[in-house]
Amino acid sequence: MATKKFMYVNRKAPYGTVYALESLEVVLIAAAFEQDVSLAFIDDGVYQIAKGQNTDGIGMKNFSATYNALGDYEINKLYVEKESLEERGLTEDDLMPIMWEDEDDDWAEKPSIRIVSRAEMANVLADQDVHYSF
Amino acid sequence: MAMLHIVNKSPFERNAFKSCLDHAVAGDSILMIEDAAVGAVDGTVFADDLKAAMTDKSVYVLGGDLAARGMSEDRMIDGIKVVDYAGFVDLTADNDKTQSWV
Repeated sequence: MATKKFMYVNRKAPYGTVYALESLEVVLIAAAFEQDVSLAFIDDGVYQIAKGQNTDGIGMKNFSATYNALGDYEINKLYVEKESLEERGLTEDDLMPIMWEDEDDDWAEKPSIRIVSRAEMANVLADQDVHYSF
Repeated sequence: MAMLHIVNKSPFERNAFKSCLDHAVAGDSILMIEDAAVGAVDGTVFADDLKAAMTDKSVYVLGGDLAARGMSEDRMIDGIKVVDYAGFVDLTADNDKTQSWV
């Protein structure tokens, strides 16, 4: 089976709607089929990978740790839009340090998050074969 | 006849929050819940709109919803009060009417 470039576009904050959790579920399915998977975090989607999420006060499952497991499924291209962070008063330091291990480089830990400008994000999106919107 | 306005949509995604601010009157209270909680953070493109509303209205945020989205209380706009679910109930009881901006 030919490999396609799959892009999962995440534009909503977690917990208020089910989109963020559903996206994660579908991402993990695609990983099982060994496709070339990328994730984009645009607009309120940047809150999905915010550091320090604590759901004790709302009685919902905190699924943010799952993003740290994506590297084990060879999903290591997490594009985050710089302007979306800035509009929300956030910086890269407010995001979880999501890493992956490069087996071709003695399992060196490398960052999965790639901060890109809105213009760069447009090019990343244009470069994909299939888009899933959440 | 003070009113409690309840907002649950992110101010960055929908215009419900802005519409609420445009229709609330002096003496009213505004409570941010669910995705609207991110609007409490200072330094955003929405912060000035909320600060303007706070000159004559009280603004509250449900603390659990803020924490769930990874936003700590120390980065909120000064003057916003954090409430829990019991505080939410108190606000509905203390105001004559409530309106949800869904």
